[in-house]
Amino acid sequence: MGKTLFDKIWEAHVVRSIPDGPDVLYIDRHLIHEVTSPQAFSALKSKNMKVFRPERTFATCDHNTPTHDQDKPIADPSSAKAVSALAENTSENGIRYFPLGDPGNGIVHVMGPEQGIVLCGQTIVCGDSHTATHGAFGNIAFGIGTSEVEMVFATQCLMQNKPMQARITVDGTLADDVTPKDVILYIISRLGTGGCTGCFVEYAGEVFRNMSMEGRMTVCNMSIEMGAKGGMVAPDTKTFEYIRGRRFAPSAEDFDALVQKSMFLRTDDDAVFDKEFHFDASDIRPMITYGTNPGMGMAVSDPIPSQAVGCDAGSFAKALEYMDLRSGDMLLGHKVDYVFLGSCTNGRIEDFRAFANAVKGRRKASDVVVWLVPGSKQVEMLIEEEGLGDILREAGFEIRQPGCSACLAMNDDKIPEGRYCVSTSNRNFEGRQGYGARTMLAGPLVAAEAALTGRVSLPQR
Amino acid sequence: MTAWLAEQEHREMLREPRRHPLSRATVENKKTMEKISIIKSTAVLVPTANIDTDQIIPARFLKTTSREGFGEKLFYDWRFNADGTPVPNILDGKQGIILVAGENFGCGSSREHAAWAIHDAGYRAVVSSSFADIFKGNALNNSLLPVQVSPSYLAALTDALRAEPSLEITIDLASQTIYAEGVGTETFPIVGYKKECLLNGYSDIDYLLAGVDDIINYELSSRANDI
Repeated sequence: MGKTLFDKIWEAHVVRSIPDGPDVLYIDRHLIHEVTSPQAFSALKSKNMKVFRPERTFATCDHNTPTHDQDKPIADPSSAKAVSALAENTSENGIRYFPLGDPGNGIVHVMGPEQGIVLCGQTIVCGDSHTATHGAFGNIAFGIGTSEVEMVFATQCLMQNKPMQARITVDGTLADDVTPKDVILYIISRLGTGGCTGCFVEYAGEVFRNMSMEGRMTVCNMSIEMGAKGGMVAPDTKTFEYIRGRRFAPSAEDFDALVQKSMFLRTDDDAVFDKEFHFDASDIRPMITYGTNPGMGMAVSDPIPSQAVGCDAGSFAKALEYMDLRSGDMLLGHKVDYVFLGSCTNGRIEDFRAFANAVKGRRKASDVVVWLVPGSKQVEMLIEEEGLGDILREAGFEIRQPGCSACLAMNDDKIPEGRYCVSTSNRNFEGRQGYGARTMLAGPLVAAEAALTGRVSLPQR
Repeated sequence: MTAWLAEQEHREMLREPRRHPLSRATVENKKTMEKISIIKSTAVLVPTANIDTDQIIPARFLKTTSREGFGEKLFYDWRFNADGTPVPNILDGKQGIILVAGENFGCGSSREHAAWAIHDAGYRAVVSSSFADIFKGNALNNSLLPVQVSPSYLAALTDALRAEPSLEITIDLASQTIYAEGVGTETFPIVGYKKECLLNGYSDIDYLLAGVDDIINYELSSRANDI
């Protein structure tokens, strides 16, 4: 029987196997940030140890940093403490750190690929569930807890049970107004928020082959929202071209060797998956969520359904009550109070290009608050270099500074109680964007229309 | 204090399979975790599906750099208004060290704070028909036992707890069984290695540290595929 892409990378990283137990898995890249690392550093210190392979770990601060006045000291004392702890811990252990304001700083899953830290065929972990993003390059990438962060610090290894495997194939051609975010929201709405629990997913088919690296990152990023441990796309020419020449990427002969090796990184024709799902691109329309988990999504033009996959009647009713919405009603035309463009899901340059293109020559609605938050310093810089900043400002928008921002509302970027936010982030959980906040997840084009009209609207074709 | 490497040197380090001597700690197989064997208690029933880690502990409470004190913040937004005044909620009047929850418990973020909060609030087991993978791993690393039962057993247990909130549940890790009167006994799955760890109080990190030679040999082998 053939092997999957996942099998091949996994097997190359097994240090040893434990009978009726997990494999000891070697970790090529470890990304860390200020929220899930301090307790791991403290535990290491209490054992009188240092980080075993510091050159394989890279640090950024992103989760609770402000998105304005980043040149000034952080006002919130607990955030400031967490960030300064990261600076100290990385310095003591010789770990490269991209502090606030550094050209390499940004959301960990945006700056990692941008800096060439993330290659192909690697194992990549981070104390953050959206680590799945890096599967876009053909990697086994997944989120871990803080005890596991400590294990990687101490030994560069983790103990992992090999998960089941699922393949999601989407063939056909996407309509012009359908973005990668719509594709993944559609898939999750069909499989449910726990639909791939226990599995690692490979995305296959025409749609993903034709997708940009940024788009593949958006899709892989949300793998966790259907319970998958991670998601991956086989590397191809686009992958190599994205990596080439980046700051920590291999140069010259090493790069050629990477390409030589990675071009064969794909699933064998006769490999068998535990689960297979097939979807048709022509069925996918611009999407939005109406409930309190990412599986509660629908086409923007559809009425709110009366049930969702993996959600019992009581939980479904509780979600609609929280959202103050009713089955059978249309979301189209519903008032929107806030719009958030950003996060590790949709905070990349391609998302800002799509948003700017949609608002060009038009005006922001006066009754909606819009936060445009670049995913990294590099995205922020490119926005200006490409002239997108002028387009956005002319349309009445302002651009904030990089960070996780309103995706999880750890800083001041909170949506007030009861308000509706069309958000390009990844989770619409109760209270995720602030106490009582009502989140509607969507892609950058639906977000742009909401920002221009103050209503849930369809992208203009 | 050692600052990070110069960029060129850093790139060189990432090229070589292994380049610098190791700071090795001598570690015995220390018993660093609380042991689990039999958990016998009344239960706290939260029969909602897809309880995510933002419900378990909202992100705004994650700013602290310690592992302590998260129990007070468990399910905080279910229990309090925005202004901090208590609200009647599903947890009122329920007691026990076993949490019984709807399917797909612990979905969402990787925050280990969720497992810390549940453990710190006194719970030692969570019963559900399915768990999110990262949460399950975090729970096992913190002596909090995820007990995965069949959907029909969970439904029966939920009904029984609704009818009799003081129903006692017995979970026996050694035999991998859960029992409640009127509901019956069911076995639950757990990887053999992890079961041994929990019964004896061993943690993964000690296992890994004891095998550092294997790790170095791996790094030196041609299988280490980094470039």
